[in-house]
Amino acid sequence: MPNPAYALLASPMSYLRTFGPRADPATTLMWGLVALSLAVVAIITLLVVSGVLVRRRRGAVEAMASLPAERGSGGLAWFYVGMPLTVIALVGALAWTVAVLAAIDSPPVKPRLTLEVTGHQWWWEVRYLSPNPSWTFVTANEIHIPTGQPIQVKLVSADVIHSFWAPALTGKTDAIPGQTNLSWLQADRPGVYRGQCAEFCGVQHAHMGLDVVAEAPAAFEAWRRGQLRPAAAPVTAEALDGERAFVAHCGACHAVQGTDARGQASGDFIGPITASSLAAQAAALPARHSSTGGVVGPDLTHLMSRTSLAAGTLPNNVGGLSGWIANPQALKPGAQMPATYLSGPQLSAVVSYLETLR
Amino acid sequence: MAEAVYLDQDLPVAGLKRNSVGWWGILCLIATEASLFAYLLFSYAYFAVRFGPRWLPQAHPALKLALPDTIILLASSGVIWWAEQGAKTGRRRQHLIGVAVTMAMGVVFLIVQAFEWSGKTFTITSGSYGSLYFIITGLHMAHVVVGLIILGVVFAWSAAGDFTPRRHTPVLISSTYWHFVDVVWLVVFTTIYLAPYVWASS
Amino acid sequence: MTAWEDSRRPRIVKVDGDFPAERLRKIWEGGPGLAGWISSVDHKEIGKRYIVTAFVFLILGGVEAMVMRWQLGGPDQRLLSPEQYDQLFTIHGVTMIFLYSSPILTGFSNFLWPLLFGSRDMAFPRLNALSYWIYLASGLFIYAGFVTGNGANDGWFNYVPYASKAYDPGINIDVYALGLILLGISTTVGSANFVVTFLRTRAPGMSINRVPILTWGTLSASVSNLLAVPSVSLAFFLLWLDRQFGTQFFTASQGQPLVWQHLFWMFGHPWVYAIVLPAMGMVSDALPTFCRRPLVGYTPVALATVATMALGMGVWVHHMFATGLPSLALSFFAGASLIITIPSAVAVFAWTATIWTGRPVIRTAFLFFASMIVLFVIGGVSGVMTASTPVDWQLTQTYFLVAHIHYVLIGINVFPVVGAIYYWFPKMTGRLLNEPLGYWNFWTMFIGFNLGFFPMHIVGMMGMPRRIYTYGAQMGWGPMNLVISLGALLFAIGVMLLVINIAISLKRGAIAGPNPWSAPTLEWSIPSPPPPYNFAVIPTIESRHPLWEDWLNESPARSRLTEGLLLDRGRETLATSPLDAEPNLVLEMPADSFAPFVLTCGLTGAFIAALFHIWWVVGVGLLIVIAALVDWFWPRRVHADMTASQQGAADG
Repeated sequence: MPNPAYALLASPMSYLRTFGPRADPATTLMWGLVALSLAVVAIITLLVVSGVLVRRRRGAVEAMASLPAERGSGGLAWFYVGMPLTVIALVGALAWTVAVLAAIDSPPVKPRLTLEVTGHQWWWEVRYLSPNPSWTFVTANEIHIPTGQPIQVKLVSADVIHSFWAPALTGKTDAIPGQTNLSWLQADRPGVYRGQCAEFCGVQHAHMGLDVVAEAPAAFEAWRRGQLRPAAAPVTAEALDGERAFVAHCGACHAVQGTDARGQASGDFIGPITASSLAAQAAALPARHSSTGGVVGPDLTHLMSRTSLAAGTLPNNVGGLSGWIANPQALKPGAQMPATYLSGPQLSAVVSYLETLR
Repeated sequence: MAEAVYLDQDLPVAGLKRNSVGWWGILCLIATEASLFAYLLFSYAYFAVRFGPRWLPQAHPALKLALPDTIILLASSGVIWWAEQGAKTGRRRQHLIGVAVTMAMGVVFLIVQAFEWSGKTFTITSGSYGSLYFIITGLHMAHVVVGLIILGVVFAWSAAGDFTPRRHTPVLISSTYWHFVDVVWLVVFTTIYLAPYVWASS
Repeated sequence: MTAWEDSRRPRIVKVDGDFPAERLRKIWEGGPGLAGWISSVDHKEIGKRYIVTAFVFLILGGVEAMVMRWQLGGPDQRLLSPEQYDQLFTIHGVTMIFLYSSPILTGFSNFLWPLLFGSRDMAFPRLNALSYWIYLASGLFIYAGFVTGNGANDGWFNYVPYASKAYDPGINIDVYALGLILLGISTTVGSANFVVTFLRTRAPGMSINRVPILTWGTLSASVSNLLAVPSVSLAFFLLWLDRQFGTQFFTASQGQPLVWQHLFWMFGHPWVYAIVLPAMGMVSDALPTFCRRPLVGYTPVALATVATMALGMGVWVHHMFATGLPSLALSFFAGASLIITIPSAVAVFAWTATIWTGRPVIRTAFLFFASMIVLFVIGGVSGVMTASTPVDWQLTQTYFLVAHIHYVLIGINVFPVVGAIYYWFPKMTGRLLNEPLGYWNFWTMFIGFNLGFFPMHIVGMMGMPRRIYTYGAQMGWGPMNLVISLGALLFAIGVMLLVINIAISLKRGAIAGPNPWSAPTLEWSIPSPPPPYNFAVIPTIESRHPLWEDWLNESPARSRLTEGLLLDRGRETLATSPLDAEPNLVLEMPADSFAPFVLTCGLTGAFIAALFHIWWVVGVGLLIVIAALVDWFWPRRVHADMTASQQGAADG
């Protein structure tokens, strides 16, 4: 409901309102506890402030030695009233908490779609799983889901602890290396729901965003089929030049299905990634994927189907793309992507090529 | 009006055994060091539960060195108790012999354990089991070494005639510490050497 | 063999014109100059050093915070690089949580405990000095890393695998790890000192139900520290081994990253209670003075203090709710975390009842104590919200949590500490702080704090994560962050007013006299500042409020403050039984000693060498430690400054 307060409190990351059964019961509980909290604070503040104002000694007090001490009476009544109320409130909060935990622990029906999300420093690898291997595909940082059904999310990490969080749809679940954590989410209405990594994971933790795009099942199907197709071969000369330059300079880290750019197994990568360490180790290692996050950089096969770059940091347009490729360190200092030292024409060729990856 | 404070007998000057603040201090030290080993064994148990029996390099850890070694160390508690009786009854020879034998048993314990260490197939860096095994037993060994130093100092003081049947607080403090080191070993031994026979037998 | 004195019945004397105050003073006062300063084992000296040092760290931590608030005051600011910001938020946390909030309370407890107990010093004076020197050394060690650009950068809880060598090469984390292990030694020996002092060195008649609540708070914290500090020391030691030698405790491939979190929080949660319970105790002891009545519900409050600490050892998993634990564990720890609110509520009702059934006198100290009740409750209810697991899944790691931790830390530690400064500054220095300036101090701190930190609850619920060096304008967090930064600035100005008040009052404050607040406890029965020997004679206690017995008149018995055991054959105090405080020992106290300082130098040298892998120097350092310990424990029964003839004269 439109309300000036909502405008002040509006944020793509707000969870004051949520939009799915994984988050909603917790949101209601949260508002209940907010109400309880505000009431308690108001009551205690009133009691303390009024106590001081009502009971204080008026007039100047010369020396406290002139004020005898007295035990007074009726003090214990405060416990007899206050403690039972406290216990009741807390037990009530506990009961409601356990009920909500039970309600949202598992999805209401068995999910038909499972995603494996791998946290990397500092981007999200998203793999759409399927019993049929030819229906699996991988994307990055932007998750599309159909509305109205639960989606299972398996969380793993390729390096350090990250935390998967799309506030409008689900609370946080950590991605911890060496184990697989399970979460689920569901969007009841279409929309773009912003998320962000929620466990400090290094210098660019601040720029590890993600988008959950919920769409009607038919629209989702169309998107999915598009993701399953390999990259169309480029047509224009500039785009062909760009493809060659891309494979040579970028293909060691970024895969594009249907080309020779295959990405690389980061598990064998030793030390910080620089242009020279990349080149040295690229030649030595075969290209392979593993289900625990074996790539260095995002798969770019359908790069143009995403609205943002660098995990929600930049808009995905010509300016953003060129700036990012030319000098990633200026925009996201510390990111794993080194400067590529492409010449002007090379850069524009690569960008033209990338623009064909829809 | 009542007396300011009523003293019906003389007060000892400087602490006697359990009346001394040093005794209470060593109890605090024991509480904190025991906690240290509790956290180490917690970590061990966490790994054991997460990985299961396959985490162990061998399902049944070899006892042929560890068991006699344990018996030696636990027996040394009995010897130090006997030594303490010597101090309590004024028999300095008994005390000195007892402390010396305890120290010798402690040294034997360390030597046997070092020998056992050298025979292990895993190292401190080869995996999480190795890391935990060597750090737990290693920290225990460090506590034994500290105990030996303390006993050595107590031996020297006893030899110099510093202790009487009434005043021998360092004897009590040092033997309490020694008993603590032995109890810790008992728990560590049970967890690392004996428990796998129960939970990993399959 | 020398015939040492085995036992005696100390004389009971009255404090009057013939009283040998000068001889007692000579026995107890410290030596002159730098040598005297280094070798002092006087709890009052050590307490003041702790307070001053902790306060310096508070200011440093505050400066770090102000730089961060500048960076975050608007979107997409570039004042700081991400690495700089990460080191700043880490050192801010480390400073406030380790180098300020516990040492400040240790400082007050050190200064006050023997004065509250009617004793002449703590049970282990040299250990006391040692705990201070090691604390100072560890603080300098950690800051040396920070100012050379090698500060830890993974937050104060330092999660692995990010803190492991593969992701964080360089010595930053090693500085933190070794520095914390060193600090842990200080905390541990200090805790042992408090436990034994509480149990053995109270004045006769001060049975366990007559001790001030501050001592219950510090006692609980000390017992907890003895049991919990080894967990974090172990965690950092194992991490250090992983980083130097390739062990596999926390590696992702072989180890278990969550073991770090368990070990850290099994320490970390009890720690946060250890840094508030003594402060709550100070409120429980000082607020009643201004309300002109004893605390309502002494026994429930004392029991609640111990219960809070005990329960606090069983809730650590609530810091790990998002790590993928089974539902049963989540429910159990949510339950425990909610239940722990119950004993905290006892204190809130006790304080409020004391105000309502008393006749408060408004002074600056009282304002800080009364206002902390409100801040306590705000911090407490936000804690209740985060204790509810599914709600925590949204709130955790956002600015809501930052709001919670600052309300509990500033509300339940800083505000009581400032109140305690106003209350006990006269006792420590003999002068009162300025009251009008105090009111300005209070209101700027109170308004600034709430303006700076209350909006954090809101921006946290708008989804702003913590530990981010910047955020985009489209997030909508900008306006709220600007308010927060301005509020923080006002709060900082308030703290500066306190510093100014202290600076001018040290020279020009009104003379205080022994009992400016007409307060009930023993420390107010002796001069301000106290003489080196604290009490001329050991008092005998008959109630919780020895100086209010005539007013309260609850029994015919009266504490005897001007007549008692003399104990002047060297540095001596009285040791008593744990529960009923019956005299059972004349405790010989050590003379001033260099051993604690030398030990600290050796130990710190060893740690610095370990940082740089210079192992032979580590060995040398440890040898120095052993030498210092040998000197320390060398049996000597010394009656300081007394020749045989003086001894004879004393007996006459």
